[in-house]
Amino acid sequence: MHEMAITQSVIQAVCDRMGDVPVRRVCLEIGTLSGVVADSVRFCFDLVTEGTPLEGASLEIVQPTGKARCRDCGAEFVLNDLLVLCTCGSANRELLAGEELKIREVEVMA
Amino acid sequence: MCATCGCSGDTVLVDLEHDHEHDHDHEHDHEHGHGHGHSHTHQTPETRTVTLEQAVLARNDKLAERNRKWLAEHGILALNLMSSPGAGKTTLLERTIRELGAELRVSVIEGDQETVLDADRIRATGAPAVQINTGSGCHLDAQMLAGGLETLDPPDGSVVLIENVGNLVCPALFDLGEQARVVITSVTEGAEKPRKYPQMFRAADLVLLNKIDLLPYVNFDVADFLDGARRANPGVEVLQLSATTGDGMADWYGWLRARLS
Repeated sequence: MHEMAITQSVIQAVCDRMGDVPVRRVCLEIGTLSGVVADSVRFCFDLVTEGTPLEGASLEIVQPTGKARCRDCGAEFVLNDLLVLCTCGSANRELLAGEELKIREVEVMA
Repeated sequence: MCATCGCSGDTVLVDLEHDHEHDHDHEHDHEHGHGHGHSHTHQTPETRTVTLEQAVLARNDKLAERNRKWLAEHGILALNLMSSPGAGKTTLLERTIRELGAELRVSVIEGDQETVLDADRIRATGAPAVQINTGSGCHLDAQMLAGGLETLDPPDGSVVLIENVGNLVCPALFDLGEQARVVITSVTEGAEKPRKYPQMFRAADLVLLNKIDLLPYVNFDVADFLDGARRANPGVEVLQLSATTGDGMADWYGWLRARLS
């Protein structure tokens, strides 16, 4: 389950940026095509934050849905999984959204 | 949820002192009542929001870039080989080393949760090998590769084959600093693998379909497999081979030589 490693990376990245300041809230963006299961991250979060400045922080996860643009016909369409073809039949598409895996913001004690 | 105004839905409030009665008539200076998907801060004087907009794997990606730079400076071709357990990665490596050993200097970094069995198999071919045991970890990451490279100390101009932990999910997410990713799958696993694990096939620069010598004995639809692979990754090159009999290995060697030139 790579979500444990992903969650640890979140803690590491926040601590690298914010130091020892207590963190009250973390907001993540985890796209539906990112390969990361948001519920698993939620499950790991309390375990992994224990003993860190993020202990007790709330976790918000925003999940952008997949969007793509067809490189053959130019149409833009929703992509609920990575196997969806464009209505023109092409698999040659550029992902516009859905692969996000980032820390959007944190709320810390002032 | 804010106990007073009912806003925010599932998002969690951060106002630790939020037991107040809202004595105003809801003229917040932020908009309420809309279906907001934004972070709902309810900031108090005690807290402040800091926008980070940072990739979760930024640290790994930075280390991966460092590995990539080091490999380039030393003219080393590093390939990240990924598959499910039992697809035949180690057998493929053994044969590759035996047949190309005179032409290329190949060394191997083996990733497994436990044991040094695979590294022992590689060393038996005469190639240097380092085993990385990830313990409970399900993938190699850039830091592990950096450690592996330091121990292995591969010569300039050589080839480093990195056998990732057998797993079609997690390794796809972690850049190691390799020049290319090779996904190996076998006909005994079923043709639906690309449809079940599109993330992995999407990450591939090359797909090797192994154990084709067993095609007469298994129910494996090659055309369906190729269709799935190309839905996940249009234009990806797929080579069919058998690391046991040697069929199709020449195409793989051709691909390797092309990457080196």
